[in-house]
Amino acid sequence: MASMTMIQALRSAMDVMLERDDNVIVYGQDVGYFGGVFRCTEGLQAKYGRSRVFDAPINEGGIVGSAIGMGAYGLRPVVEVQFADYVYPAYDQIVSEAARLRYRSAGDFTAPITIRMPCGGGIYGGQTHSQSPEALFTHVCGLRTVMPSNPRDAKGLLIASIENDDPVIFLEPKRLYNGPFDGHHDRPLVPWSAHPLGEVPEGYYTVPLESATVFRPGTDLTVISYGTMVFVCEAAARETGIDAEIIDLRSLWPLDLQTLVASVKKTGRCVIVHEATRTSGFGAELTALVQEHCFHHLEAPIGRVAGWDTPYPHAQEWAYFPGPARVGAALRRAMEN
Amino acid sequence: MSQGTSLRLHVPEPTGRPGHETDFSYLHLSRAGEVRKPPVDASPADTSDLAYTLVRVLDDDGRAVGPWAPPADPDLLRRGLRAMMKTRAFDARMLIAQRQKKISFYMQCLGEEAIATGHALVLQQGDMCFPTYRQQGLLLARDDVTLLELTCELMSNERDPLKGRQLPVCYSMKRAGFFSISGNLATQFIQAVGWGMASAIKGDTRIASGWIGDGATAESDFHTALTFAHVYRAPVILNVVNNQWAISTFQAIAGGEATTFAARGVGCGIASLRVDGNDFLAVLAASRWAAERARSNLGPTLIEWVTYRAGAHSTSDDPSRYRPADDWAHFPLGDPIARLAQHLTAIGAWSQQEHAQTQADMQAQVNTAVKEAERFGSMADGHVAGDAALFEDVYKDMPEHLKRQREQLASEG
Repeated sequence: MASMTMIQALRSAMDVMLERDDNVIVYGQDVGYFGGVFRCTEGLQAKYGRSRVFDAPINEGGIVGSAIGMGAYGLRPVVEVQFADYVYPAYDQIVSEAARLRYRSAGDFTAPITIRMPCGGGIYGGQTHSQSPEALFTHVCGLRTVMPSNPRDAKGLLIASIENDDPVIFLEPKRLYNGPFDGHHDRPLVPWSAHPLGEVPEGYYTVPLESATVFRPGTDLTVISYGTMVFVCEAAARETGIDAEIIDLRSLWPLDLQTLVASVKKTGRCVIVHEATRTSGFGAELTALVQEHCFHHLEAPIGRVAGWDTPYPHAQEWAYFPGPARVGAALRRAMEN
Repeated sequence: MSQGTSLRLHVPEPTGRPGHETDFSYLHLSRAGEVRKPPVDASPADTSDLAYTLVRVLDDDGRAVGPWAPPADPDLLRRGLRAMMKTRAFDARMLIAQRQKKISFYMQCLGEEAIATGHALVLQQGDMCFPTYRQQGLLLARDDVTLLELTCELMSNERDPLKGRQLPVCYSMKRAGFFSISGNLATQFIQAVGWGMASAIKGDTRIASGWIGDGATAESDFHTALTFAHVYRAPVILNVVNNQWAISTFQAIAGGEATTFAARGVGCGIASLRVDGNDFLAVLAASRWAAERARSNLGPTLIEWVTYRAGAHSTSDDPSRYRPADDWAHFPLGDPIARLAQHLTAIGAWSQQEHAQTQADMQAQVNTAVKEAERFGSMADGHVAGDAALFEDVYKDMPEHLKRQREQLASEG
């Protein structure tokens, strides 16, 4: 075990897979010599050479499109889109090509690619450095969408994603890169070295896809969340005194339905929390699933806390970001019903 | 000062519309044999004249002339002619099958047969083409692809290798170096570059060949592919098939007015050729030149194939509504089959009798394939690929939600 930030854990995952599998290739904008604008690929080019880890032109469609071609050849590319907010030029390649290739060719060709992208807000990133576009991917059949909330999961999930033969959208909450964040922006950052989930095995291990985890066990109600919001939910539970069972989905879609259903059937109440905008966000799918599978066990309407249906603002960061106060209010509402 | 002059929007128009003959002088043709052949290691900048002229080998009398004339190989040319005739016979029969409702949709490549069949004869086993929906010649030129399996895909029947999931014509055949066709235009052009990059990363000897039409060059993935191919010196041939039309839209609307598509390649630092796409010998020579460049680590080549879309865009299209009905008859580069047959006849390697016999043979082969395929069902008899395969291959392993949906379909219909 070693103490790692999420950045170091992600880098370690790529290091492990570059070492284990000659077909793993890492590239993207500023990913090679410089080691990435977030340092996630630092040192990898020096260690594995320019034909394994390299810089790419500023062209997201090209990065993903070329990776699909490499996947068809038999490589296992791990590509980076610098910010999730900039994935849209690659959307055609992701939706029309990567996601459909196995199906439309009846398995003749496949796209075993991983597309990493830093996502989420809470960093004064404004409109194009804060978005959470996961619902644009969970809606696409053929894709896997994954989001870790801590270094240990980040490494295990990334290794599992790289090894997976389906195309994986790997969303990294950049607010969590250096330490956990519970929404209390006025308090000093706690580094991962001070958190048990910053203890990460050094070698190879995986966290299986389609497996959620009970992040905090509880009996009063179930909170379903992922990414940064897991820590916000934890703070809200602590501050309200409500004994919430917090589920960290980890794999957004396909997901681990059993863990959700078992928890909600136990507690009878459910609140869903994400940073992304509310309308047609992934929370709507989660709400529908819980309603379908747990209807007779529900004692209150399913609550939903999300970003407002607005573009992500700059100055109004903390009015937008669903912090512990807003999540706490939702928990109280769910308990009052 | 031009103060007070009103600006005007320029919207290109073809010279020919229904009832008005096309003026093909915009093509800027060269005479056969006129254009130089540079060494295979020519720098991209040194191909700029080739991007504005036209590589041609066969002259009006069917003689092979000039520096691009490939070494005489009558057997290969005869094979090429047969492949073109097979492609045309297949297309003609499938148009009828579509009208008979045995298949739901079809796209022919009438007039463009030389490009894909000639190119296929130059590539080696293991190379990978990333075709559009109009390169069926890449498959029909091969002996290891049966007419039956193609027909079954078109009929979406129980023998359809794609299990009824894809529209007709959207073939996928890895073993034949033919990448899965997508309905989304231009996407495969950058994928071809990525495949070539992968081959280079692994120190392989195989090359990629990407395909795109004139209209689709306006898509952003065209630009993307050129940039990546140039940056990484990818072993790839970037083929632009300029058949003058994108459905109803003349190539000038795609950006072809007063320039060429080959010129885009030079602008991106890629060696580029503009070639008579109806001249089978020029197709062989240019494809060989580009393949040798790629295999020698000299980088990508862009080839603009100048041809004419002689048929309708698809079975859902009626070209008489936007262009002259007799346009192909006036197209100055003629018919690739007639031109190669003329050449082979002139060198004593073909005859009218052999031509007629080959045509009859090809038609018989295609008719047999249709009959055989129909035994496994067609859209007309409703005996198509079963529902069992609907949920498979979305992912490698079927997730729980798809298993539930499959059960639901089975129980509720």
